[in-house]
Amino acid sequence: MRPRAPIHPWLMLGPSLAAWTLFVFLPLGLAAYESLFAWDMLTDPVYVGTANYAAIAESGELWRILGRTLGFSVLVVTGSMTLGLALALLLDRPGRFFAFVRGAIFSAYVVSWVAVALLWVLLLDPDRGVAAAALRALHLPRVGFLTDPHAALVTLAGVTVWKITGYAMVVFLAGLRAVPQSLHEAASLDGANAVARFRWVTWPLLKPTAAFVATTSLIVSFQAFDVVRIMTGGGPARATTLFVYAIYEQVFMNLSVGRASALAVVYFVVLCLLAALQLRAWRSQTVGRRA
Amino acid sequence: MSAPRSRRPGLLPMILATIAAAIWVLPYAWMVVTSLKPLDEIAQDPTAPFPKHPQLGAYREVFELVPVWRYLLVSVAVAVAIGVLQLALALPAGYALAKLRFVGKKTAFALVVACLLVPAQVTFVSVFLMFSKLSLTNTFSALVLPFAASALGTFLVRQALLSVPDEIIEAARLDGASELTIIYRILAPLLRPTLVSVFLVSFVFHYSDYFWPLVMTTDDTVRTLPLGIALLKEPGSGVRWHVVMAGNVILSVPVLVLFAIAQKHLVRGVAGRA
Repeated sequence: MRPRAPIHPWLMLGPSLAAWTLFVFLPLGLAAYESLFAWDMLTDPVYVGTANYAAIAESGELWRILGRTLGFSVLVVTGSMTLGLALALLLDRPGRFFAFVRGAIFSAYVVSWVAVALLWVLLLDPDRGVAAAALRALHLPRVGFLTDPHAALVTLAGVTVWKITGYAMVVFLAGLRAVPQSLHEAASLDGANAVARFRWVTWPLLKPTAAFVATTSLIVSFQAFDVVRIMTGGGPARATTLFVYAIYEQVFMNLSVGRASALAVVYFVVLCLLAALQLRAWRSQTVGRRA
Repeated sequence: MSAPRSRRPGLLPMILATIAAAIWVLPYAWMVVTSLKPLDEIAQDPTAPFPKHPQLGAYREVFELVPVWRYLLVSVAVAVAIGVLQLALALPAGYALAKLRFVGKKTAFALVVACLLVPAQVTFVSVFLMFSKLSLTNTFSALVLPFAASALGTFLVRQALLSVPDEIIEAARLDGASELTIIYRILAPLLRPTLVSVFLVSFVFHYSDYFWPLVMTTDDTVRTLPLGIALLKEPGSGVRWHVVMAGNVILSVPVLVLFAIAQKHLVRGVAGRA
């Protein structure tokens, strides 16, 4: 439709564009600019060129953070997707009981990260926790879920899976309901059992949904911060210092704006690469819906 | 979440669903049980499934340690303000992108999609520096304004408006309605389900948000409830788990009540099919 006046569309977009300029685009530019300075927020900033990038790359810290965050993401994405799909298939049944279980699982996605993180610190406490008591009862060795550098990252991934599996489940349920019942009936008449029906009917139609869930939860897992800050503080021995926590640490503990900004710029570039994946998934999903 | 299949569930699905329910419900139950235990019971037998002498002392203590009502008010006010602003800005922007023809529309839409991909975690250092330069940290503005425009909200409003026929807008224009009247009085009611979903998802997210208030506040002025509750477990608090869990219950109940009432809208909003 034609706008009544040529300026109208821009007046309508104006407030939003102003907010995004101020809080998205300008800060992005500022981060790139600040990353070229050494600044502790107390004395004057000193121009250092790319020294901040060189420092985080050469000390190996950048690669460790990146590797940790990617590893964490792989655990979270595979865990929450596998569980989410299994639960969607299991719970896509009529009746109040199944509706209750669906609601219970999804509720964890809605509740505050703070509540979830605090709750799991208690459950996994090496002395007072239920998990430790269960290990003792089964005569299994004691595990320092949050204190063993080899276990802590996996533990945080597990808690994150518990929190966001409801999201994957809900999206998969929506995908399952878009599969025409007639296809299932036709396959049944042809003698296909439940496994074969999943393999040849459900899964091909669910693939675009799976791609969508994979990329959105990848990006969510890349933003993990609350579980780190509340459950481990990045430890033990930096084993759980994920990307966003590393940026936070640089500004608020090391008072190093330049290093923090350099990390934020790298983080943004990595997110862009992941976003390219997401866009491709979106595209294949819309194609899938039309098919 | 309604289920279309009509087959009767077998025994195996029932068993598996019960296990799943246990994995997701028992932690909540543990939170409540722990909050009702007196301190000496937690110290002696921390994994006892039920408190021997259940008591509400931990809740009283949370209210003494934390100004719960004030933090709750700040959290709700922030979340409502963000939700309202997002709808107010997303409606005209979505309208322009869905219904109007103009030069630069593709670029404008590309900007929205670009914003969709830049989370607060990328920009918080610079935004924090901006606000502290203007002495605006520890203010309501620092918590609300950065989220006033929602790329996702704008995107979803645009999608919903695409399926509203142009004739409605043309008829309103012929009746002499202004563009603002068309957007807020005529189209907004038609988009109710979408707007409710966008608002609720935004509300739940910002009510529970920990990251942004943590970064933007250094004192008590506009502290939100998640921050206040997380502070209950700072070093030095020792084994006072009953107090921490009581705080957790207080923090979670409002969202769980909202969830019980509006589960359908939240699910639709989250599943991206608003």
